[in-house]
Amino acid sequence: MTMTADTPVASESIFRRNLSNFAANRLAMACALIVVLFAVMAVFAPWIAPHDPNETDLFRRLQPPAWIAGGEWSFLLGCDALGRDILSRIIYGARISIFIGLAVIFVATTVGILAGLAAGYLRGWVDILISRLVDILLGFPYLIFAIGLMAMMGPGLWNIILALAYKEWVIPARVVRGETLVTRELEYVEAARALGASRWHIMLREILPNVLSPVIVVATIRMAHVIILEASLSFLGLGVQPPTASWGSMVSDGRAFILEAWWVSTFPGLAILLLVLAINVTSQGLRDAFDPRFSE
Amino acid sequence: MSLLKVEGLSKHYEGRDGIFDRITGREKTVVRAVNDIDLTVEKGEILGLIGESGCGKSTLGRAILRLHEPTKGRVTFDGAEVTALDPAQMKAMRRRMQIIFQDPYASLNPRRTVAEIVGLPLRLHGLAKTDAEAREKVAAICARVGLKPGQLDRYPHQFSGGQRQRIGIARALVSHPEFIVCDEPVSALDVSIQAQIIALLLELKREMGLTYLFISHDISVIGYLADRVAVMYLGEIVEMGPVEEVLANPRHPYTQSLMSAVPEVDHAGRRKRVRLTGDLPSPLRPPSGCKFHTRCPLATDACGKIVPKTETVGPGHTAACLRLAENLSLLEEVPA
Amino acid sequence: MKDALLEVRGLRTVFETRAGRVCAVDGVDVEVRRGECLGIVGESGSGKSVTFSSVMGLVKSPGHIESGTVVFDGRDLRGLTPREMRAVRGRDIAMTMQDALTALNPALTVGEQIAEVLEAHDETLPARGAARRTAIRNTSVEMLGLVGIPSAETRLKQYPHEFSGGMRQRIMIAIALACRPKLLIADEPTTALDVTIQAQVLELISDIRARLGMSVALITHDLGVVAEHCDRVMVMYAGQVVEEGPTAEVIGAPKHPYTQGLLASIPRPGLRGQPIHPIEGQVPDLIGLPPQCRFYSRCAHRRDACLTPVEMRQAGPQRRARCILIGEDEA
Ligand SMILES: Nc1ncnc2c1ncn2[C@@H]1O[C@H](COP(=O)(O)OP(=O)(O)OP(=O)(O)O)[C@@H](O)[C@H]1O
Ligand SMILES: Nc1ncnc2c1ncn2[C@@H]1O[C@H](COP(=O)(O)OP(=O)(O)OP(=O)(O)O)[C@@H](O)[C@H]1O
Ligand SMILES: [Mg+2]
Ligand SMILES: [Mg+2]
Repeated sequence: MTMTADTPVASESIFRRNLSNFAANRLAMACALIVVLFAVMAVFAPWIAPHDPNETDLFRRLQPPAWIAGGEWSFLLGCDALGRDILSRIIYGARISIFIGLAVIFVATTVGILAGLAAGYLRGWVDILISRLVDILLGFPYLIFAIGLMAMMGPGLWNIILALAYKEWVIPARVVRGETLVTRELEYVEAARALGASRWHIMLREILPNVLSPVIVVATIRMAHVIILEASLSFLGLGVQPPTASWGSMVSDGRAFILEAWWVSTFPGLAILLLVLAINVTSQGLRDAFDPRFSE
Repeated sequence: MSLLKVEGLSKHYEGRDGIFDRITGREKTVVRAVNDIDLTVEKGEILGLIGESGCGKSTLGRAILRLHEPTKGRVTFDGAEVTALDPAQMKAMRRRMQIIFQDPYASLNPRRTVAEIVGLPLRLHGLAKTDAEAREKVAAICARVGLKPGQLDRYPHQFSGGQRQRIGIARALVSHPEFIVCDEPVSALDVSIQAQIIALLLELKREMGLTYLFISHDISVIGYLADRVAVMYLGEIVEMGPVEEVLANPRHPYTQSLMSAVPEVDHAGRRKRVRLTGDLPSPLRPPSGCKFHTRCPLATDACGKIVPKTETVGPGHTAACLRLAENLSLLEEVPA
Repeated sequence: MKDALLEVRGLRTVFETRAGRVCAVDGVDVEVRRGECLGIVGESGSGKSVTFSSVMGLVKSPGHIESGTVVFDGRDLRGLTPREMRAVRGRDIAMTMQDALTALNPALTVGEQIAEVLEAHDETLPARGAARRTAIRNTSVEMLGLVGIPSAETRLKQYPHEFSGGMRQRIMIAIALACRPKLLIADEPTTALDVTIQAQVLELISDIRARLGMSVALITHDLGVVAEHCDRVMVMYAGQVVEEGPTAEVIGAPKHPYTQGLLASIPRPGLRGQPIHPIEGQVPDLIGLPPQCRFYSRCAHRRDACLTPVEMRQAGPQRRARCILIGEDEA
């Protein structure tokens, strides 16, 4: 639709228009709210959690949730094999999941954007190098290599982040490269070159803002994936080390008692499910809002 | 001395040869988009460049500005050899040579406001000392091209095609260039808006002493505003000369058929028609000899073998056709 | 009139958008006579395509026809069931779409696409079996030959992307003509094409029209095309018809200030050195238009009387225009 000069339109950027599109999607908004709640929970864990997550109490060993006979309302979701409060551990575990998820996505997206921009805009040997590297990394089974790396580097928060980001950047890199290849041929990029703009200016100021939307969408989708991967590593005992609470290790801890004390594994498992689901629906909503085919 | 001189300029795009091609030893595909072109543009004149889609008009304009690095040949601007400049010198040169694009939608960054878009050249070349001075210069040029001050902080999608083209013109002019490649600046616009932009470009040229290379596929537009015209076919210039002379007395059969194909309001039904058969050949596999011979109603066997030389046929008027001497005209051959 | 093939009266088509109600076509009358070529000109967004999509019953949501009658060959098309309407489309009225590149199905060969239309509409085909296939093939080959595509037999097996823009446009015409419709609506058949190819396509349409005796509605924004190919012309502006009449008369002596401005806007080699006089301003937004002459803000002759709705007036034996100046001319 064309607008005429006489139509009074508020100055509105495409980005903001996309966001308002997103806001109109109720389900996605609800899920975004869930994600935000989890984040708040992670940040304010010490104030929210009813108990110390690492405090053991052998009298409360495998105590059931409050609504089952033998449960207590002050230990809402029951206790694990060492008598630690499951709810408090889930709340603290959110810190690990969300922090690792964000850190991995941040590192991977930054690296991926730079690599993708360089490959897509500079072309030539830079492109060949980066694209080959991407192809090779894509050939590696993700989890198996992460396991190998963790075994090599030993446990630790930063090592987990490295072990997950080593390949994660490939995904934003491919998206950015593809978008850059298209965008670089557009006339406004040519116009910037005609005006004497440097490569850096063109890559960072002209192209980057226009390829960012799909990257944001991909980053949220991958965030869910990384959270699952981190949980898998922790499940296998290669993640954060005990006694630090992590959803993955909590599921793993409860494995042995799954028949007599189902709640030990089930509640952290549900937490993973809920967060991942909420992130995925949010990213769907973002994609719908940012994809020009859905917005007018 | 001419302001712009182009000598033997070629631009070939090489197709990517994949591993498969290398193994099978297949030859690289080469698109000869622009082939060995000579032309000059005098200071203060408008050289019109006309031809069908895909004949290499945009490529020529971009190669002159080194937006696409020429494969061969030399471009000289105001005594300086553009094709030999190093990157720093080239950047300085870009301030003096500008381009206006065809597509008013693709040529503006959708995430920048008008003020940012038009102010970019000032920033890149350090032409304004303060932000306030930059803003002032931007506002002045935007007012000149017919945008309102209140519109400076809007985004491109809030404008119509004609207004967007005005933004593109303001961006090209804000650094006070001397020479502008106008790459079909009005082709995407409606007739009434097209007339507004043509009038604006002509006024600006007079006021600022500009020189244009004006690319178009519309012979009436070129006939109206250009001083000289160059007719392109498949990467080569087949005819060039003063506009009045070329329109009144076209010597190349391609120019003749181009002219007869244009539907005109004034001469409806009273003109002789030349029927060109077939489509434009692919520049991947251009015909041998004269490139027009596959569609030319006057072609002989020789035309498929011999490449015609460019000959002078009148004052400042050149054409490249084997049968020039016979003085044939398609326009007369077809009965009214 | 007596020999009208298509007669549209008071057509109003609106789109409900988020920004508001867009009245894309507002009280349009169209008449296409038997065997004639009617040209429809107007700027982008003036409602040319929507008018004829409405005639074809092809207006897509969020749009709908609000009022008006569409009579084709004595039948009221708006009263037809969707099934009956489908039978009319393709067989009686065919339309070539503005964008030949996207209007052809990239996954089907050209032959399959022509066959599809024939299967749906051609009742003269043998009922089934080899005879039917042969008949379809023969008609397809004949159609491609008709639109000037050589070696039709092999070409039928190719996909749209294997053809150039001009050839695709001709294939669209071949598909449209496959069932020998009485009316061909050609929506900007040549806008994306080069002049030499444009000339070929337009001549082809004129040629076939003469040979098959069909009527053509040619949508374009090029007055030159109208001047050379159309018997009558209809000028549209912001969803309304502003002027209509025999081509030579309208172009020779336009009555409406918009038509006058449009003609004055065309750059002509003959006017070198003289300034052109473009129409200032731009087409109004179709949302919330005030009930007045739509050209008011851009018109050089505007006066207070123009601030009321202006109806079409008779401006000659065969001519009508929507301007209050019309009556005054003679006075
Ligand atoms: N970047 C490129 N890579 C490969 N081939 C190209 C490239 N740019 C243009 N070409 C080819 O070069 C030829 C000339 O293209 P160009 O854009 O110069 O034509 P044009 O005369 O400007 O056409 P139009 O009127 O459609 O703008 C075409 O065959 C085109 O396909
Ligand atoms: N799907 C739609 N939703 C909303 N508005 C629409 C839609 N389709 C068309 N319109 C509006 O209807 C008006 C007329 O459109 P139409 O396509 O008929 O114009 P046109 O005269 O064919 O223009 P063009 O020369 O660009 O093809 C436009 O202003 C447009 O905004
Ligand atoms: Mg071009
Ligand atoms: Mg249309």
